Amino acid sequence: MSALLAAEVNVAQNVGFYIIAALMVYGALRVVSTRNVVHAALWLVVVLGGVAAQYILAAAEFVAVSQVMVYIGAVMVLFLFGIMLTRATIGAETDLNNRGWGVGIPVAGLLLAVMVWAVIDEFGSSVIEEPAAPMATTAISDVFLREGLVPFLALSFVLLAAAIGAIVLARKD
Amino acid sequence: MIQQFAVEIPYWGQSLLRVVGGLVAVLLPAGTIVYLFLFKMMSFMQSRLGPMEAGPFGSMQLFAEVGKWLQKEDIIPENADARIYKIAPIIVLVSTFLLVVVIPFGPDAWFTNFSAGVFYALAIGSVSVIGILVAGWSSANKYSLLGGLRAAGQLIAYELPMVLAVVGVVIQAGSMNLQDIVMAQNTGEIFGWSGIGFPFVLTQFVGFLIFMIAVQAELTQAPFDMPIAESELVSGYMTEYSGFRFLMFFIGEFATAGVFALIASVLFLGGWGIPFSWFGWESIDQVDNWMNIAGPLIMFTKMMVLTGIIMWVRFSYPRFREDQLQRFAWKALIPLSLANIAVTAIVKVVV
Repeated sequence: MSALLAAEVNVAQNVGFYIIAALMVYGALRVVSTRNVVHAALWLVVVLGGVAAQYILAAAEFVAVSQVMVYIGAVMVLFLFGIMLTRATIGAETDLNNRGWGVGIPVAGLLLAVMVWAVIDEFGSSVIEEPAAPMATTAISDVFLREGLVPFLALSFVLLAAAIGAIVLARKD
Repeated sequence: MIQQFAVEIPYWGQSLLRVVGGLVAVLLPAGTIVYLFLFKMMSFMQSRLGPMEAGPFGSMQLFAEVGKWLQKEDIIPENADARIYKIAPIIVLVSTFLLVVVIPFGPDAWFTNFSAGVFYALAIGSVSVIGILVAGWSSANKYSLLGGLRAAGQLIAYELPMVLAVVGVVIQAGSMNLQDIVMAQNTGEIFGWSGIGFPFVLTQFVGFLIFMIAVQAELTQAPFDMPIAESELVSGYMTEYSGFRFLMFFIGEFATAGVFALIASVLFLGGWGIPFSWFGWESIDQVDNWMNIAGPLIMFTKMMVLTGIIMWVRFSYPRFREDQLQRFAWKALIPLSLANIAVTAIVKVVV
């Protein structure tokens, strides 16, 4: 607790972080516990919006806006679109769980443990300096168009191949 | 930022000013657009007078309409998903308010000076789709669901050309900050002549056309009104809404028209600025304080011209068919905007 209230720490930022984090955890639990697919998708929107808010708190404006654009504006809209085209029932559904859902719990627990261990092992004792100003967008573009150019192009190529592959698989004529 | 005024405004005062300014910047254009274009211009184009009884030339009609909607019952269909049904119009209206936040109205008259401003505007613009989709779904009405699906398909298709059209401007200005884009246009010169600055509509005319067409489609105004087609879907996703919640959709529609027109005027028409060479200004620090008053008026004028064009098109053209609409977006607008980006980038590197 004393570490969170130390003089060089921005208290308001920490309070904001934990409020948003609590909302995100609640939203994530509702995604898997709600009995309606559309409600689950909307709770997922809450979680992803929370991620964007956390990025803003970390002074990463551009990443936050990308989060909103890609995940809320595109991925979730396509999700909802797909759900509504196929099964648009209103009210609770009963057959949402499949038989193997019990296996998911240990897998999720293991994944959480590995990720927590990895993060604490790598960054546990390091303190991130409070940024003086939000990260400039030009600085980000400089990094990924110079040092990160090859992975960037490789990723674009993989995405393009995936998109073309999806069209080829979906088109029967 | 506000110290340049004669009085020092405390932080809470600045915040209050911003909130009130945001409300004005959303609601004033919406009201003006509805009265001037939807009531009066449409009537004259259809050889009728429009509202004449309430106030001089029916100018009080707007308040009468709002009063009428406010006192209507807020009906929720029996099978509807009540909670989501209630939230949906709020999502649409809030996304409009979030959209106006990045628009600069003067050298110091901005809500937030966001370094990725254009990108933010485009990202938030896509959030309203979720509100429309769930409005259609939660109404428990097949017309509403069809309208919501059509709206989603259309908005996804037309968001791409909109983003791509803006990329041309971003390349030319070298910044995604809307304030910087205004600067670039008003300090620019055409072959050494700085009489009118350098509004990007001159070089980005293709981008401007694509942007305005995409705006028309994003707003679901005719000829892109498939999602609300009243003659086949009886207003689509809005069918079941009444009273205050319908009013929210209605305000959202016209306020978003105003906000997108403001964004277009910033991107292509020079925003709040006047060519800086007229007064010998060279950077934003030298701009006189009176521009904080004149800027919003200039923006309002440009917004009225652009929304006038949007509404003019709306009242003039018949509705697209679904396949024509999708083909136009994917086979005409997107390749054209990609070509525009390529040409702009090449010219930027060569010149």
